[in-house]
This record gives sequence, structure tokens and C-alpha cells, in this order.
Amino acid sequence: MAVCIQTEPFSVGQEIKRLTGNRRDIGAVVSFVGVVRDSGKDPLESMVIEHYPGMAEVAIAKIVDEVHRRWNVSDCLVVHRHGNLKPGEEIMMVVTASAHRADAFAAADFMMDYLKTRAPFWKKELRSGGAKWVSSNRADEAASRRWEAETA
Amino acid sequence: MLKILYFAWLRERIGTPSEQIESESETVGALIEELASRDERYALAFSDLGSIRVAVDQELADFDAPISDASEIAFFPPMTGG
Repeated sequence: MAVCIQTEPFSVGQEIKRLTGNRRDIGAVVSFVGVVRDSGKDPLESMVIEHYPGMAEVAIAKIVDEVHRRWNVSDCLVVHRHGNLKPGEEIMMVVTASAHRADAFAAADFMMDYLKTRAPFWKKELRSGGAKWVSSNRADEAASRRWEAETA
Repeated sequence: MLKILYFAWLRERIGTPSEQIESESETVGALIEELASRDERYALAFSDLGSIRVAVDQELADFDAPISDASEIAFFPPMTGG
């Protein structure tokens, strides 16, 4: 398990290799990459990602623990960037690896839902018209809650 | 001494990322009341509790969580990472 919180860009290919490189028991790898999206009329100049150092690592580690409790996952990885990012830049990635794809897909889905609502990161959009903190998404909260009803 | 951290718009409204305070407050809620009574900036920052989350020693907590043994309390808006 690896959790990396960094300002630098990352390479999805290299990170996946790092996870699967020396193992022969992995049959499925699922990756998710979040990208800075520009939507709206006023063009997005950049997106600032703020985080809570210390708690961010702890919160993600807890999510990873929960993943291992719920699914048969060989390994997983989370990389989340902070700082100033431009539209089109990669913000974060989640990789899950397992023997069979069902576990890897479900684990990645769960990790993203929980990361969105439980990992202390905040996005601020900088546009020519001004700066605005991104407000939390009700759909994300609902997506996160649906796992609580399940006893996987 | 209690270390208080603020993130995102709470940090901006209060005007500092962190501060050390002496507090007798026994719960998160009591601490919020104590801070909000300081001045208008704090009162405004804490005016809508529905849009505030709290972590006690880096763990998400409720407003009625005890803080007598805590060393670090963080206030922030709902998270928007990922």
C-alpha cells in the first residue's frame, strides 16, 4: 500500500508498474485518474488544491484499510497532488490490484467515493472573474453513503 | 495549549491557518461558541455550522465530541478532493 501526497505530476504507467512489478498473483488492475476540468463560461485559469498534512495521510490509510477488509485486493495505491494545477492536469489517481477484476473495480469505486468525502482536500477555482472554493457535491455524499448500507 | 487549524474558506475568513489557544471548553461545540464570541470575523466564519466539519486529533468528529484530552482541532468546509 502506498499513499503519496505531492505537488509533482505523476506517471500512471510507472505507478502501476510499481504496484505489479514483482508480483505474479495479480490478474486485474483498475486505475482512476482525476483531471482538472474546465466547465462554465468564465475560463478556468487554475485550480488550487489545499490539504491537511498529516490527517490526509491518516484518512487515506484508513480508507485503504477498509478496502482490504471488504475486498480481496492484492494492493492499492493513492497519489493526490496539491498546489496550483492547470486545466487538463492530473489531480490524483487511485490504483487497485487484485486476482480478479470484480474486487479491483469495486475497491476503486469505493476508494473514490470515500476519498471525496473523507480525505481532507479542498479545491479552489481561479477564474478571471475571481476565485471560488468548490462546494461539496450532494451526489458524492450520497455515493459515499451507499457503501455504509452494504456489508461486503 | 490547544492547536487550532483552519482550512480553505475558514482559513481565509479567520485570517490565519493556525493558532495556539488556552481553552477550558470540553466539547467541539463549546469551543466553537468560545471562538465565535471573540469577534465578528470568527462569528461570521462559524455562522453556518452546517457547512463546517471538524477533526479532533486528525480524526473526523461530531460537534459534541469531547476535546479535554485533544491537542489538535481542525475546522474546515466539507471536503472536495478527488
